[in-house]
Amino acid sequence: MALRNYILVCGGTGCESAGADSIYKNLISECELQGVADEVQIIKTGCFGFCEQGPIVKILPEDSFYVQVKPEDAKELVSEHIVKGREVARLLYNKNESKKHAKVEDIEFYQKQFRIVLRNCGFINPENIDEYVAREGYAALEKVLFEMTPDDVINELKVAGLRGRGGAGFPSWMKWNFTKQVEDDVKYVVCNADEGDPGAYMDRSTLEGDPHSILEAMTIAGYTCGASKGYIYIRAEYPLAIKRLEIAMGQAREYGLLGEDILGSGFGFDIEIRLGAGAFVCGEETALLASIEGERGMPRPRPPFPAVKGLWGRPTVINNVETWANIPVILLKGGEWFSKIGTDDSKGTKVFALTGKIRNSGLVEVPMGTTLREIIFDIGGGIANGREFKAVQTGGPSGGVITKEHLDTPIDYGSLTGLGSMMGSGGMIVMDEDDCIVDVTKFYLGFSVDESCGKCSPCRIGGRSLYNLLDKITKGDGEMEDIDKMKEIGAAMKKASLCGLGQTAPNPILSTLHYFEKEYLAHIKDKRCPAGKCKELISYNILADKCIGCTACARKCPVDAIIGERRQLHRIDPDLCIKCGVCLETCKFGAVFVR
Amino acid sequence: MSVKNDTIKFSDELTKFIMEWKEKPGNLIMILHKVQEEFGYIPRDAADKVSEMIKVPLAKIYGVITFYHFFKLTKPGDFNIQVCMGTACYLKGGDGLIEEIESLLGIKTNEVTKDGKFSIEAVRCVGCCGLAPVLVVGEEVFGKVTKDQLPGIISKFN
Repeated sequence: MALRNYILVCGGTGCESAGADSIYKNLISECELQGVADEVQIIKTGCFGFCEQGPIVKILPEDSFYVQVKPEDAKELVSEHIVKGREVARLLYNKNESKKHAKVEDIEFYQKQFRIVLRNCGFINPENIDEYVAREGYAALEKVLFEMTPDDVINELKVAGLRGRGGAGFPSWMKWNFTKQVEDDVKYVVCNADEGDPGAYMDRSTLEGDPHSILEAMTIAGYTCGASKGYIYIRAEYPLAIKRLEIAMGQAREYGLLGEDILGSGFGFDIEIRLGAGAFVCGEETALLASIEGERGMPRPRPPFPAVKGLWGRPTVINNVETWANIPVILLKGGEWFSKIGTDDSKGTKVFALTGKIRNSGLVEVPMGTTLREIIFDIGGGIANGREFKAVQTGGPSGGVITKEHLDTPIDYGSLTGLGSMMGSGGMIVMDEDDCIVDVTKFYLGFSVDESCGKCSPCRIGGRSLYNLLDKITKGDGEMEDIDKMKEIGAAMKKASLCGLGQTAPNPILSTLHYFEKEYLAHIKDKRCPAGKCKELISYNILADKCIGCTACARKCPVDAIIGERRQLHRIDPDLCIKCGVCLETCKFGAVFVR
Repeated sequence: MSVKNDTIKFSDELTKFIMEWKEKPGNLIMILHKVQEEFGYIPRDAADKVSEMIKVPLAKIYGVITFYHFFKLTKPGDFNIQVCMGTACYLKGGDGLIEEIESLLGIKTNEVTKDGKFSIEAVRCVGCCGLAPVLVVGEEVFGKVTKDQLPGIISKFN
């Protein structure tokens, strides 16, 4: 019997933690109970990207997009939509009330997106190789093995203009070519899946939603560069991605797409998973290789570059997850097709994890050259809770902030660097007027200090000194000369540090000093935190004309710092107050304010 | 094989895993992951035993354990409350959640309650930034957490 409906349940980590697995199970049992199990196929897919509205369930062929679904909604979805053919209106995503039926392409979040990397996320069951194959999976590998020489592959990547998506943006074809040209009987292919940038989860979603695309791409690189062994270095904190990769590898071996004599071509290649253990510095290629070798993840001076002398001293091609995911599509559709997407400087698309004070958090993939305004306001729906946009941070602890004036800059590698930030791996964190720039900068520096491996002194000592200066400023003890000190230390770190971590760690400070010097000065000169975030610089007070003496705040105060009889004006004792902010959250009359 | 160190017992599965990986280059981190999976941390005796089994100096093993954030040298509580400190969670009040949990449990971050039941850990981005702020207890992820929900979440495990 032909299937009547396909039900796609998002199985990305966000939705999974919000109950997607129970929804999936309930849908299966409800279909059985209501006697339609034979007519419906229920599939758990990878991330849909629209994490803000999760858990998400999509029903085909009607293309109904259900959001914020709860496990108990399964019964109604089956009895109404599947059995009676009526959409469950209350669960449909409809931002505009007039538009009852929200098709996926009508949703603002998805318009302007263009999916290459995330092409299969949310469409296929990542645990079933047949679904990947049905969407042209492994066709690129077949084409490469039987119709292309290694030089053809490299040439195609050159025409495509693909640049590494891990941060620095090095042309991928050059990396591959270096390794190919070295004569050695043992070479390696490595996938960097140690996504350590806080506030970024593109790689996690790609691996969870489309693991075969990575296996296929790595095998292609093996053929091109003459390697027969690959390693995927992945964070231990990503158990679901690891599980799906293991399943995918098992299925690929079973189908003869991994292992000896792939598809009867005589070429053999296999992949092993190696777990990271929580060290951001392992994003640096040479440190990552040390970690695969079972050592402390400390970087080495380059050259020699890993492409020539990498894992166990052998030539090694390393790319990150997003770069790998582009490869099969480029080889199938051609480098020229790919090179037409994007800008002169940067080809193709980029996946961003759009988070922070944004209305629609989620994973977005846009062509290079899309402006920040389009991403934040059109796709992301603008700032949540009616607050004002302040800045967006890209590039994580290695990047910087971009302000309102530059929202219309088309994004590519060059333009972001020009603004004092960087592409980075794709974290895009939106800040509103309640976020203190100095405090956020201190957060990033704290991260870099914590993650510095300690091998070279510019990073080890410089990072700590910068952090201490920021700490001093947020506590109200800052002096004017601290600003020059920070600039000086930052410049030295950039020049003298051994690896990318130390070289880029001062970026958050240098960038915020450039765009938000006033805010630093407010902390230093006026001993004031304009955003009301730095505890040492603020005090909580009660407005006499608004307080009705309801005692609600006094009852909630954990340290009994609020004094006042019922129906009398209350007062906060500044000596007792620990500035936890409970009173502000509790007061229904807007009588508590921060100074 | 005969190993002198018998102060700690490894499960058959763990022993088998170590023997399988013994000859593979770069095996140490993979083995330490497995040890931590079994004990919840890496006890000194276990590190000692691994050192004997794979013939790697204990100093090197400790060098690796202390380098990586993921490996623990002390036993966490039965329920280790991990509060995400990724940027998105930080901006949305992750630090406030930690303070509140600390005051509810009467312990500081990286400490264990007297009855051994709870511990608090500030962790790196767990990768569900859309749900910020996030905390994780065991396998369970709690998203968009507010301070008010914390007593309820804790009592769930009590």
